[in-house]
Amino acid sequence: MLSDKDRIFTNLYGIHDFRLKGAKARGDWDGTKDIIAKGRDWIIEEMKTSGLRGRGGAGFPTGLKWSFMPKEVGARPHYLVVNADEGEPGTCKDRDILRHDPHKLIEGCVIAGFAMGAKAAYIYIRGEFIREAENLQTAIDECYDAGLLGKDAAGSGWPFDVYVHRGGGAYICGEETALIQSLEGKKGQPRLKPPFPAGMGLYGCPTTVNNVESIAVAPTILRRTGAWFAGLGRPKNSGTKIFCISGHVERPCNVEEEMGIPLKELIEKHAGGVRGGWDNLLAVIPGGASVPVLTKDICDTVLMDFDSLREVRSGLGTAAVMVMDKSTDIVATIARLSSFYKHESCGQCTPCREGTGWMSRVMNRMVKGNADLEEIDMLEEVTRQVEGHTFCALGDAAAWPIQGLIRSFRPEMERRIKEARANLSAA
Amino acid sequence: MPVKLTIDGQEVEVEAGSTILQTADYMGIEIPRFCYHERLAIAGNCRMCLVEVEKSPKPVASCAMPVAEGMVVKTDTPMVKKAREGVLEFLLINHPLDCPICDQGGECDLQDETVAYGRGKSRFEENKRAVEDKDFGPNVKGTMTRCIHCTRCIRFITDVAGVPELGATGRGEHMEVGTYVEKALSSELSGNIVDLCPVGALTSRPYAFTARSWELKKTESVDVLDALGSAIRVDTRSNQVMRILPAINDDINEEWLGDKSRNSYDGLLRQRLDRPYVRNKKGKLEAASWGDALKAVAAKLTKAGGSKIAAIAGDLADAEAMVALKDLFTALGSANIDCRQDGAKIGGPRGSYIFNSGIAGIEEADALLLIGTNPRVEAPVLNARIRKRYLKGGFKVGAVGPAANLTYKHENFGDEAKILEAIASGKHDFAKVLKDAKRPMLIIGQGAVARADGDVILGLARKIAEATGMVTDGWNGFNMLHQAAARVGGLDLGFVPGKGGHDVAGILDGAEKGEIEVVYLLGADEIDMNRLGKAFVIYQGHHGDAGAHRADVVLPGAAYTEKGGTYVNTEGRVQVTRLAVFPPGEAKEDWKILRALAEVAGHAPGYDTIEQVRARLAQVNPVFGRLDELSPAAWEAFGAEGKVSGDAFAATIANYYMTDPISRASTTMAECTAAFVNTAAERTGTHG
Repeated sequence: MLSDKDRIFTNLYGIHDFRLKGAKARGDWDGTKDIIAKGRDWIIEEMKTSGLRGRGGAGFPTGLKWSFMPKEVGARPHYLVVNADEGEPGTCKDRDILRHDPHKLIEGCVIAGFAMGAKAAYIYIRGEFIREAENLQTAIDECYDAGLLGKDAAGSGWPFDVYVHRGGGAYICGEETALIQSLEGKKGQPRLKPPFPAGMGLYGCPTTVNNVESIAVAPTILRRTGAWFAGLGRPKNSGTKIFCISGHVERPCNVEEEMGIPLKELIEKHAGGVRGGWDNLLAVIPGGASVPVLTKDICDTVLMDFDSLREVRSGLGTAAVMVMDKSTDIVATIARLSSFYKHESCGQCTPCREGTGWMSRVMNRMVKGNADLEEIDMLEEVTRQVEGHTFCALGDAAAWPIQGLIRSFRPEMERRIKEARANLSAA
Repeated sequence: MPVKLTIDGQEVEVEAGSTILQTADYMGIEIPRFCYHERLAIAGNCRMCLVEVEKSPKPVASCAMPVAEGMVVKTDTPMVKKAREGVLEFLLINHPLDCPICDQGGECDLQDETVAYGRGKSRFEENKRAVEDKDFGPNVKGTMTRCIHCTRCIRFITDVAGVPELGATGRGEHMEVGTYVEKALSSELSGNIVDLCPVGALTSRPYAFTARSWELKKTESVDVLDALGSAIRVDTRSNQVMRILPAINDDINEEWLGDKSRNSYDGLLRQRLDRPYVRNKKGKLEAASWGDALKAVAAKLTKAGGSKIAAIAGDLADAEAMVALKDLFTALGSANIDCRQDGAKIGGPRGSYIFNSGIAGIEEADALLLIGTNPRVEAPVLNARIRKRYLKGGFKVGAVGPAANLTYKHENFGDEAKILEAIASGKHDFAKVLKDAKRPMLIIGQGAVARADGDVILGLARKIAEATGMVTDGWNGFNMLHQAAARVGGLDLGFVPGKGGHDVAGILDGAEKGEIEVVYLLGADEIDMNRLGKAFVIYQGHHGDAGAHRADVVLPGAAYTEKGGTYVNTEGRVQVTRLAVFPPGEAKEDWKILRALAEVAGHAPGYDTIEQVRARLAQVNPVFGRLDELSPAAWEAFGAEGKVSGDAFAATIANYYMTDPISRASTTMAECTAAFVNTAAERTGTHG
């Protein structure tokens, strides 16, 4: 369990002041200038040492990502873009950072921006986050007044501006290239890769897109060294992470914990346990809507980090833990997720545009068992036809929950179909 | 730098920056695709072109993936087959099964690729999506339920045509391609999205339900409705042109075609002159036999003879007919011939009246001055080429002439001819831009030369070209853009007044005064017929337009789809049209009419076959002997010194859709005119 001294987000619950004064009291903006003075290479090396993996879901090493930016700023400026379009169902960690600890993010922007040669950061915030955007803007205004942003950010000599851009509420705009499109005022649709944003991103300029949490933890890592961060959690899955626990638990919550904490411990320690006791657990979706569901036997022992969850054919994703007890209609749950992906597909590429609608319709029939037994295999095959064939990861995200359902709850699906058949012939 | 890679076990070396799909195309390995098109930006959204690349866990979209050294690509593995089957199945689940009544049938990419790569059986049991049809105006018919969202049309209209009217609205399976607010597509190039559409979502409105693609005879020919000489394919059934499509000619039109050239073919059926007519004593045109008509004409011509007869060649006249007419008039002792209906003051050295750099040369230029021209309506395909160059960047465009929306950023310096003096003398800012450019270019339009001081303006343009270094070794950026397909050919064979002869203005003056008694119009309809006075007028042509109404004798000729006629495009490129259908009724190929007339008049020329006429053409000017190639013209002095008038340059084309007898007879072009040109005109109950 994470000890309080190793906690990064000390105002996760908004008990203290989110403003500059409060943030400074919690240690933010301490020695920002000195960190920058150590230079670009040191910062990136330190981030690599920390082993921080992107907190937006894909888990790509953050330090490595920063190092992809061109070493020298050429004719085109560099940009840092912060992905605050938190839309993954079950996930609400960035929201709490934005409203309760915005200074961690802003300081992170300055440091990360400096490390990649960017003089401006755009924070693309989900449109529904109205109060969060207000708090963030308040914090940014304070920073300008205090000289922490602007021509000489935090006295480092590095000019830095931060802009907040409010999104329109499309899930797909959380995909980094769709986010860039949207930021440019275009229809939010993923772009072709290559070219990657580090080469051609926002307005055709070198750009790095990072999740809020990834940027917000950077200043603390650099203050306390990468080795400290790497010492937490497990190798290649180091550090702390905010987990969002929701669903059939006694006390749903956000909590910062060490990576690799057992799922059972996470739920029992921080969320008061599963409603009706651990044995009442049916399944857990461990990382936001797009990762496959885990059955109880796996939940008994699995550790919460990228590699452990991958071993059980699921994923850490955004670490949004959705707990379902035995009262849950698991088929209807996954059908609801399918309809979400159908609704949020951008429509650009064929497998996702057509596949999400097909999958969703079949799933809706599966809820009532209004299908043939062979259709389960067909549905599985359709998910395989979507997975890996799409423009961006939304296709995968739409396919995985269904694959997880079929893998783990096939008998339940078959039971419903047989029952519906029996009822039909009885009538 | 070349890159080595392997596709399906074959090693190949290609330029870095090529994509896998381009490389496979080059090697002759077929990769199916819907959204990819070699002349459009890459979208990568149909996912049909997925291939397996070693070390990549997922299949890769080959259209968007650049090749890399040592890459190993496989296009024939079970993974690829499965991916293709999957994508095709997805495309088909919401595609209607209306192939029997779809105009794309037989030339549909989706049909073809389903045959080649489909799984043969549908597993989709849900309801299909349906989308309401959209009205895209007179040229394009939108059956949007068939749309597979490849976005080729969006990319064409946005990037190539430069009129961003198409886009996708809605998300996921509710995504629809449309004009946001329903409207007619106003681009002059809109018909091209019909060709680009891989399915039957966008089909040709004029062609709708008139023929099936497999029953058409296809004839490659050359367009004459502007002066570009775009390559076309004339599709016919029995003796009727059913549609006209662009063919590929990278030097001229790439594979685009303007809407007028594409869709005015129905004009070839209307208002046709299909038998000779002679005006009787009551003043009515009366059907006559060829023999009587030719005798009547020959009698008039020989009786008046010499300076009392005159000939004007129109904008669609082929070179064979013009040389035959010229030879006849020379034999009759008349020098009153002219092919410049608009009175353009051109016709000096060849370099002064052709598009010297070539149309493809636009892509090499780095600065452009437009003089008295609006290429968007004078030659939309050429305008698209300018836009293509503009999109590459580092290309400044200035214009002297009436303000126009040209689909690319340009600076209009005003419409006064005086500005040219400032540029020529280097006082104008743009002179420096041209001078600093490596390959500067100017395009001078007919609006600049078809005026009283046209020769002075031509001289100024020459000065600008010389002062800013437009004419150097291997580069000649002095370009004239013509509007008439016949014009350069007419000038090349010297269809201009001989010694002591009158030009068009002189002919009209003479006819008005009664000094010219017989006027021979070879398809000339753009002159003021009221000024022909009491002259005896012979009209030889294919349409009952202005000239035929005024004529005393009508000799029915052949339209460009009905003869093998030589045309020289604005670049000076000699091309030949092909006979796709026969001329209607008793109408005949134009040179044959003139050959017969000459014989009746007692001046039989030395040619009896088309080959002999063409040999005669090459004798008049050797350029006619060099088909389909550019003949660089020598740079000589031309134009006149003098003062330019204060008159502003005027737009020469008021209505792109109706510029010649064929398009004026077309109902499709009439619909376009109503939709795009006379939109504000008040309509009464009898309209439409």
